[in-house]
Amino acid sequence: MSHRILHKEQLIPGQTSKLVVDAPHIAAKARPGNFVILRVCDKGERIPLTIADADPDAGTITMVYLVLGKSTALLETLGEGDCIRDLCGPLGRATRIEPCGTVVCVGGGTGVAAMHHIAKGHHRAGNRVVAVIGARSAGLLLFEKELSAFCDEVLVATNDGSRGRQGLVTEVLRARLEQDRAVGEIVAVGPVPMMAAVAETTRPFGVRTTVSLNSIMLDGIGMCGACRVTVAGGTRFACVDGPEFDGHEVDFVELAQRLAAFKDMERAAHDHYCRCQADA
Amino acid sequence: MPRAAAPAAPRVAMPVQPAAERVRNFEEVALGYTFDMAVAEARRCLQCKRPLCVKGCPVEVPIPAFIAHLAAGDVGAAYRAVKTANSLPAICGRVCPQETQCVGACVLGRKGEPVAIGRLERFVADQYVHMDACDLLTGARDCTPVDPARRVACIGSGPSSLTVAGYLSTRGVKVTVFEALHEVGGVLVYGIPEFRLPKDRIVAKEVRALGTQQVEFVTNRVGGKTFSIRDLFEQGFSAVFVGVGAGLPRFLGIPGENLNGVFTANEYLTRVNLGRAYDFPNHDTPVILGRNVTVYGAGNVAMDAARTALRLGAASVRVVYRRTVADMPARREEIEHAQEEGVVMQTLVAPLAFSGDERFALRAVTLQQMELGEPDASGRRRPVPVPGRTMELETDLAIIAVGTRANPLLLASEPGIAVDQRGYIVVDEATGETSMPNVFAGGDIVTGAATVIQAMGAGRRAARVIAGRLGCPQD
Ligand SMILES: Cc1cc2nc3c(=O)[nH]c(=O)nc-3n(C[C@H](O)[C@H](O)[C@H](O)COP(=O)(O)OP(=O)(O)OC[C@H]3O[C@@H](n4cnc5c(N)ncnc54)[C@H](O)[C@@H]3O)c2cc1C
Ligand SMILES: Cc1cc2nc3c(=O)[nH]c(=O)nc-3n(C[C@H](O)[C@H](O)[C@H](O)COP(=O)(O)OP(=O)(O)OC[C@H]3O[C@@H](n4cnc5c(N)ncnc54)[C@H](O)[C@@H]3O)c2cc1C
Ligand code: SF4
Ligand code: FES
Repeated sequence: MSHRILHKEQLIPGQTSKLVVDAPHIAAKARPGNFVILRVCDKGERIPLTIADADPDAGTITMVYLVLGKSTALLETLGEGDCIRDLCGPLGRATRIEPCGTVVCVGGGTGVAAMHHIAKGHHRAGNRVVAVIGARSAGLLLFEKELSAFCDEVLVATNDGSRGRQGLVTEVLRARLEQDRAVGEIVAVGPVPMMAAVAETTRPFGVRTTVSLNSIMLDGIGMCGACRVTVAGGTRFACVDGPEFDGHEVDFVELAQRLAAFKDMERAAHDHYCRCQADA
Repeated sequence: MPRAAAPAAPRVAMPVQPAAERVRNFEEVALGYTFDMAVAEARRCLQCKRPLCVKGCPVEVPIPAFIAHLAAGDVGAAYRAVKTANSLPAICGRVCPQETQCVGACVLGRKGEPVAIGRLERFVADQYVHMDACDLLTGARDCTPVDPARRVACIGSGPSSLTVAGYLSTRGVKVTVFEALHEVGGVLVYGIPEFRLPKDRIVAKEVRALGTQQVEFVTNRVGGKTFSIRDLFEQGFSAVFVGVGAGLPRFLGIPGENLNGVFTANEYLTRVNLGRAYDFPNHDTPVILGRNVTVYGAGNVAMDAARTALRLGAASVRVVYRRTVADMPARREEIEHAQEEGVVMQTLVAPLAFSGDERFALRAVTLQQMELGEPDASGRRRPVPVPGRTMELETDLAIIAVGTRANPLLLASEPGIAVDQRGYIVVDEATGETSMPNVFAGGDIVTGAATVIQAMGAGRRAARVIAGRLGCPQD
């Protein structure tokens, strides 16, 4: 009930943090693929974050977030012992996890954290899990150790070659698909351009490709339509029909454009916040 | 027969904010009666022996009785009388469609102007909305002690659930209300705008009054996700009331509908009301402020969206409708208020497509001219397109208010609850019970989008049955 932060860790200082929060009612029901909607404070907006991990015994959930605009900057000001004003979940459909041999889980940026919970689910279901994670450089790589704990392989790509192979995750993925016929499914979580690129990479191979869409959300329970995405030509609500969809059917161009809907106001909110901080 | 109507005094007019002023603020439009006005209006009531007004009221407020107390200047007694039947009178006094209910049935309406019952209810309730004392709420000296062994859960916190909670808690039952959003009140909070129904001054106060009756509110809990109905029974609740409303928005199904700047009324109103986007950036929720706004649909929701857009600074706001103003389903008063404020009714046109700019932002809408043809199944003349007559209208904010459908979120996880083909819950008319024993339902999730007072009526009916099963007094 308290939504108290039990543990906080800056994974990439000033940019990405991990929170472990006391939320037994959510932890008990959280499945891979689920997310929460939270408000940091009384005047805050509702923002979605993926449940990166859940421990029903300890009654905790883990979230990893990228500090982007005002709401995540506010979240970053909270420390251990502080409470999150509102925390609602678990939301969204759980990942469809079936025995399918080898699953390649591709993660980019903060998406690696979301992918972590999904990969764990596949591992527990008995699938062979290959993680492919990427970042611009070694210092920005998330969750390599956590993934190594249960993944059969962890393949790393960095833009500058400071760790793993130099290049993009899609290059690693293509190489893998070319030599490994046993891959039954691809899961990709990360920035929209990355998920779009993964879907294009896997399309010629005809392997099922699941992506987790981060459309703009408001209520998260299917009432407002803010999160609508076009999948296979039809309108779907990412919060209740998703957030996972078949990547080969998603209109990524539209999704990217819709993510920019409030750009000017987000900047205004952030500037206003920074001004207030400076005045205080 | 009621007494022959004496030459009645004229109805006391309701003071309102002037239109030119109110379009620049979110303060309430109707200002309410003063004590003298309320007493004068109350004195117009004939105190009918068989009052038709009460028959017109879905929760049977003892209308002549409360008006008699008011006419005698005893506002406290009037309030207690209202409260015996209506747990949310300050809300109902503002948003009920009285002209088709109590006021519509008032005998004085046959020859002249009916008693302004809703305005009187509002006056009486407003005097006490700041006081949470149990004796004023229930007429009893103290709050009824609640028995923690008798527990009932409500899912959703709209007017139907609030009524169940009010009824059962005054009969000693411990009620817990689970709400998915972060605020309690349902459409009263996220849908109906501040200028018709103040959130902090009225809705929150009436909800808090229920709190003093030991109703427990748990926000951020989603039925079907955070918990199932089965979980609630396992936790020891003896009955569950489902009042989750009808939330899933409908779309127009035309090209360009996903452009930035095209909102559903649900999204637009939720951003503004629940998120307080009118106070951005002091509150963090953003909303697009249109210059040339178009609203699709012509019910109360459309009027609320249009008037909200005006208040947020739009240069022009048009309600786009394929029939005429006379055919609009919204309340007359809402249409008139909107027109006074400058909303243009763009009738006999239907939207064909939205178009955007290179940044994916809405820029214009193409409209098809319509004319009225032969009557259709509803008896109204069917709008038909006039061949070749289309036009383009500039618009950077489009709000779609063409209705909602049943939200399947909770029900998808409870196959034991029977629904009709459209997804609404099927209940026993007399009891409100669903096909799952001890699970009741009411409000918009049963009837489809309806009214606050109908939702309350359904809550009351179910609560009575639940009280009976728990061995509590029923009325
Ligand atoms: C299902 C889902 C799961 C997500 N999981 C994570 C996660 O685990 N970690 C993480 O760092 N981020 C996650 N996100 C994205 C996260 O919600 C946004 O980064 C956050 O809302 C940004 O808010 P802000 O005020 O800090 O930034 P803003 O300045 O408001 O926005 C920056 C960008 O974030 C996106 N955004 C803004 N508001 C919303 C909103 N209400 N809903 C969704 N996106 C929005 C837009 O693309 C916007 O341009 C997830 C999004 C979704 C839909
Ligand atoms: C803009 C607008 C204007 C209106 N104007 C008027 C008017 O002037 N007069 C009038 O009489 N009526 C009006 N109505 C209609 C009236 O508000 C509704 O008929 C009434 O609120 C229905 O009440 P309800 O109890 O069914 O639930 P709702 O008020 O719909 O509330 C349902 C609640 O349940 C919550 N919920 C949904 N799913 C779940 C879940 N799975 N778990 C937990 N909680 C959940 C929702 O978040 C919501 O808070 C208007 C409606 C709108 C949208
Ligand atoms: S309000 Fe109208 S119908 Fe009701 S008792 Fe008075 S006069 Fe009669
Ligand atoms: S976020 Fe409102 S419908 Fe999905």
